[in-house]
Formats: sequence, structure tokens, C-alpha cells
Amino acid sequence: MADKKAKEYWSKNLRYLTILLSIWFLVSYVCGILLVDQLNNIRLGGFKLGFWFAQQGSIYVFVVLIFVYVNWMNKLDKEYGYDEE
Amino acid sequence: MSVQTWTWILVGVTFTLYFGIAIWARAGSTKEFYIAGGGVSPLANGMATAADWMSAASFISMAGLISFMGYDGAVYLMGWTGGYVLLALLLAPYLRKFGKFTVPDFIGDRYYSNTARTVAVFCALIVSFTYVAGQMRGVGIVFSQFLQVQIHWGVIIGMCVVLFFAFLGGMKGITYTQVAQYCVLIFAFMVPAIFISFNMTGNPVPQLGMGGTLENGSYLLDTLDELHTKLGFSEYTSGSKSTWDVFAITCALMVGTAGLPHVIVRFFTVAKVRDARKSAGLALLFIAILYTTAPAIAVFARTNLIETVSEKQYSEIPEWFKNWENTGLIAWADKNNDGKIQYVAGNALDGKKPIFTNERGTHGQRKIENASMKTANELYVDRDIMVLANPEIANLPNWVIALVAAGGLAAALSTAAGLLLVISTSVSRDLIKMQLRPNISEKNELRVARASIVVAVVIAGIFGIYPPGFVAAVVALAFGLAAASFFPAIILGIFDKRMNREGAIAGMVVGITLMLFYMIRYKTGLIGVMDPRPSSEWWFGTSPEGFGTIAMLVNFVVSMVVSRLTPAPPQEVQEIVENIRIPSGAGAATH
Repeated sequence: MADKKAKEYWSKNLRYLTILLSIWFLVSYVCGILLVDQLNNIRLGGFKLGFWFAQQGSIYVFVVLIFVYVNWMNKLDKEYGYDEE
Repeated sequence: MSVQTWTWILVGVTFTLYFGIAIWARAGSTKEFYIAGGGVSPLANGMATAADWMSAASFISMAGLISFMGYDGAVYLMGWTGGYVLLALLLAPYLRKFGKFTVPDFIGDRYYSNTARTVAVFCALIVSFTYVAGQMRGVGIVFSQFLQVQIHWGVIIGMCVVLFFAFLGGMKGITYTQVAQYCVLIFAFMVPAIFISFNMTGNPVPQLGMGGTLENGSYLLDTLDELHTKLGFSEYTSGSKSTWDVFAITCALMVGTAGLPHVIVRFFTVAKVRDARKSAGLALLFIAILYTTAPAIAVFARTNLIETVSEKQYSEIPEWFKNWENTGLIAWADKNNDGKIQYVAGNALDGKKPIFTNERGTHGQRKIENASMKTANELYVDRDIMVLANPEIANLPNWVIALVAAGGLAAALSTAAGLLLVISTSVSRDLIKMQLRPNISEKNELRVARASIVVAVVIAGIFGIYPPGFVAAVVALAFGLAAASFFPAIILGIFDKRMNREGAIAGMVVGITLMLFYMIRYKTGLIGVMDPRPSSEWWFGTSPEGFGTIAMLVNFVVSMVVSRLTPAPPQEVQEIVENIRIPSGAGAATH
């Protein structure tokens, strides 16, 4: 029983990681590197968009990603009774 | 008051603060010494991690590097922050649950093998040493600048200070000192950036000012691109590396940072897995403040530098230019004898550093021997000075200039202290206690730990005073080495239950050997025997800095293949893996 619970918890954890790391890959490698020239044709005020992603935007997204992860995992811990007070 | 007086005051005040904290938080037991007794709050741990992470390289060199690299500088920005995401999501919570002090400890236990442990200790020492040598150099530059002494005296003073902190406090002292150092360094980084941003663009937030407009209404970045094109540099916002190489370097830096032992050990200092996750988030937030400001500083500094020196008479150049010329970090050769500074694309020198003669030229400049006649560029500017000189270039008040010196010291000292602790832990725990002398007493273990700190500081100091080109090259590659060795072994140890001793060792050995081979072949050469091969022969056009990505992939493949051909790990090890995947019941880290 405990074994099944742990397996379920782990597979949900893996699903969260997949979602978050896909976004991580998208903002840095895709927007900041692979598609940078295409995105540079779009302007964000004084920035070219691709350049902005590479030097600013991706970092903001990284911070948000970790806090989303912390939030999701705390909820998941509670749901499965793995949280400690 | 003069810059000198202000520097004495600010450095004096901040150092008194650090000393006070170090004495208050003195370590009594090995546990307090290694991991601060495991009872640090997530907020304090977040700040300490940020200070640990942001080295002299981040504070002093990074903005300067970016200002010379333009878009390509993004490899550092994304690499060092993105690696943090990997660390927070894939490593920190599980390593905390595992509950041992060090990375070699994890590898040794997970792979039930002292061979694996030794390979890991060896990798940890290489990575930490190359890194700490760079820090000592940074401390030396700052001390020599503000005390007006030769750089080797700067390094020696820095060695004494670092030694005092690391010796006295252990992890507990270092953690709380690092909290104070974070506050000092971030304040010192932000104040000049805010001043300059407001002066240039009217927007006090540097992150927005970077995309703002100048007084004449045109965008700052567009103006900089135009200046660059006019002087023959490649466009600032476009860069010059190939897309694949940018990709590979970013990846190697990300994965390498996630494997840095001195940062991983930080997550053992909080009480619970939940706290480890939270402090990782807070740490990245604190880091991001500096990392999003640095590219803005790079743009401001680059624009200011070009506008201040390009086509200007040497006789009318501001004071800061001559000060830095005196320390040898700026050099000017009047190639066309017009008394004006021509700053255009191309290397001003033959070789990397200027070689000064003792004579002065007709305009009062220091003469150099190795001006290159192949290019029209007359100006050499060391990249490391951009952050330190930036407030002077922008004419900011003296106390701001002094503040930057105090901040640079905080950054270098906090990282050096953290690294030295890792080195001493590796020696006293992973080598002596776990392998050579299992029944060493706690008191003696602490003694060995402190003795190894002394040895480590001396070696690091020697590298700082005599930085052979070799060390400088290796510092840049420390990340590649960490990526090629640790990262796959740790990740597979958590996420692949079937991974066994044979697979992990084969992967680490093949990964680090391949990386060392590539480094020697294409970057450092074999000293005295072979010169580095030219970049036209790089595999798939990958620079040595980016090669860690390929070596890491090879490590993954080798580990997977070998592990499937050899017996599965023992039952109790598989249970350890199941256990670290569940956050509850972490308890304190143990021996």
C-alpha cells in the first residue's frame, strides 16, 4: 500500500519536472539561442526580443519556475501525507 | 573625502562586521564545522547560497566580459542561472533527504564503492581548486587597487583574511558571514547601476534603463549597435559565436554549475527537504537581482567607455584612465602619432597582456613593447576592470566608488571561504575518515580539516600570485569538468534505480578523461610538448568551453550501457533510492 502511494507520488513529481523543464528549455535554448535571429525582428521597447530573452527574460522565468515547483511540491507532499510540520 | 579614505572606512566597517559574526558563530563540533549543525533558516541559507555562488567572477568580471562579448555574454547569464534550476529541481531536495555531508559521500554510498568515492573526491578537488585560484586573484586585484600595493601583496593579504574566517568559523561562521556579505555585495552592485541608469536613461531601474532611451530620444541599445558598427566591431546585440557553440557552452555551464560541490553542500545546512526547496528558490531570486543587472551595467559601461575615449586627445583624458594605466590594466600605444586614442576592432597587442617599458611617451603615456602593427586599434582594456572602473567612468561620487571595492571583496571572500571548506571536507572526511583512518576522533578530524584549509589557501594563493596561462584556461573549464564527471552520476543515482557501481564509475572516468583530452588538445596544449590545435579542427565546431556538453552526453551513454550489461545494484541500495525520493523523515544530516 505504502509502495503504491510512493510510486504515484513519484510519477506525479516526474510529470511536474517534465512540464517545468520544458518551459526552462523553451525560454533559454529555443527563444534565447535557436530562434534568436527570428525573434530579434520583433521589438520589446528598446530591446530586440531574442536578445531580451537571452539576457533578461529567461532569468525571470527561471525564478518563477523554482517558486512554482516549491508550491506544487508542498501541495503534493500534503496530499500524500509526506509533509512535516 | 577622497576615494581612498572612503574605501578605508567602508572596508573597515564591513570587515569588522564579518569578524564579529565569525567570532559569535564559532564552530564547536565537526557537525557545526561542516554543515552549521543543520539548523539554518531558508532565508539565511538562501542569502548565504547566493553569496557563495556569486564569486569574484560574477561581481568583478562578468559584466566586463559581457560588455566585450555583447549577445554572446548570454552564455554566462543563462548558463549560471539556468543551472540553478537544474540544481533546485533535480538535485537539492534528494541530496538533502539523503543526508550526508558531501557529494563524494553520496556517490560513495549510492554506488557502494570506495573507488567511486575516490574518483568523486578527485573531481571535487580539481573543480574546487581551479575555482578558488580565480577567487584569490580577484581578491588580489581589489586589495592592490585600494591599498595601492603590488598585486602579490594584495593576494597575500587576502589569503590571511580568508584563512582567519575559514579557520575560526567552519560552516556555521561562514554561513552567517556570507549572509552579511550578500547584503554588502548586492548593495554595492546596485547603487552604481541605479545611479548610472538614471543619469543615462532617466530610468532608475537598470533592467529597464537598458532598454530605455537616451537624452536625444534614440534607444540606448540601438545607439550602441551603431557605435559598434562604426568602429568595426560586430553588432552588440548579435554577437559572433556560432549558434551551436552558444548552445553547447550554455549547456556545459548550466550542467557544470549544477554539479559544483560548494553549492550543493549548502542544501545540507537546512533542517528539512521542504526548506531545501524553498531556500533554492530564494537563492535564485537573490542571484537574479545581480544577474539581470549585470547585462545592463555591461551596456552602460560599453557605451560610456566608447564615448569617453574614442578619438579623444590623451592629454585630456580623465584621471581614472591614467590610474588604471598605472596598474597596467589599461594600455595605449599611439600608433599613428596623432595624440588621439583610436579604439576600433582588432587586437591592440601582440600577445594577451601589455608589456610595459619603463619609459613614458611624448604624451606622458606608459610605453609598451608589444603594440601590434597589424591593426589600427590603439587601446588595450582589461575586461576585469569594467565593474570597478564603471563608477569612475560615469563620474559618480567617491563613496560609490569605494563601495564597489567593499562589494568586490565581499564577493571574492565569501566564495573562497565556501570553496576552501569543501576542499578541507573532501580531505578530512572523504579521504581520511571514510578511507584511511575510519576511527579518527572528532577532535583530530577537526584538526585535519583545519590543517587542510591552510594548505589549500597557500596553494590557491600561489596560483593567485603566479597565474600561469594554464590555470586561467582551466578555470574556464572547471565547469566542463564538473559537467563531464559529477552531473550524470548524481542524476542517474537519483532517477535511475538500476544504475550500478560499474556504470557510474565507467561513465565518470570516460567523461572526465574525454574532457581533459579535449582541453589539452585544443585549449592548453601539453606544456612544453605540444601546442593547442587550431579551432578549425574542433569536433563539430565545438569550443573547449562547450565540450563539457558532449563529454556529459558520452558519460550518460557509457553509464547506461555498462550498467545494463552488469549486475543490478544490491537490494539495500535500491531501497536507499526509493527512500530519497520521498521527502519526509529527512532528519539531520549524519555521519
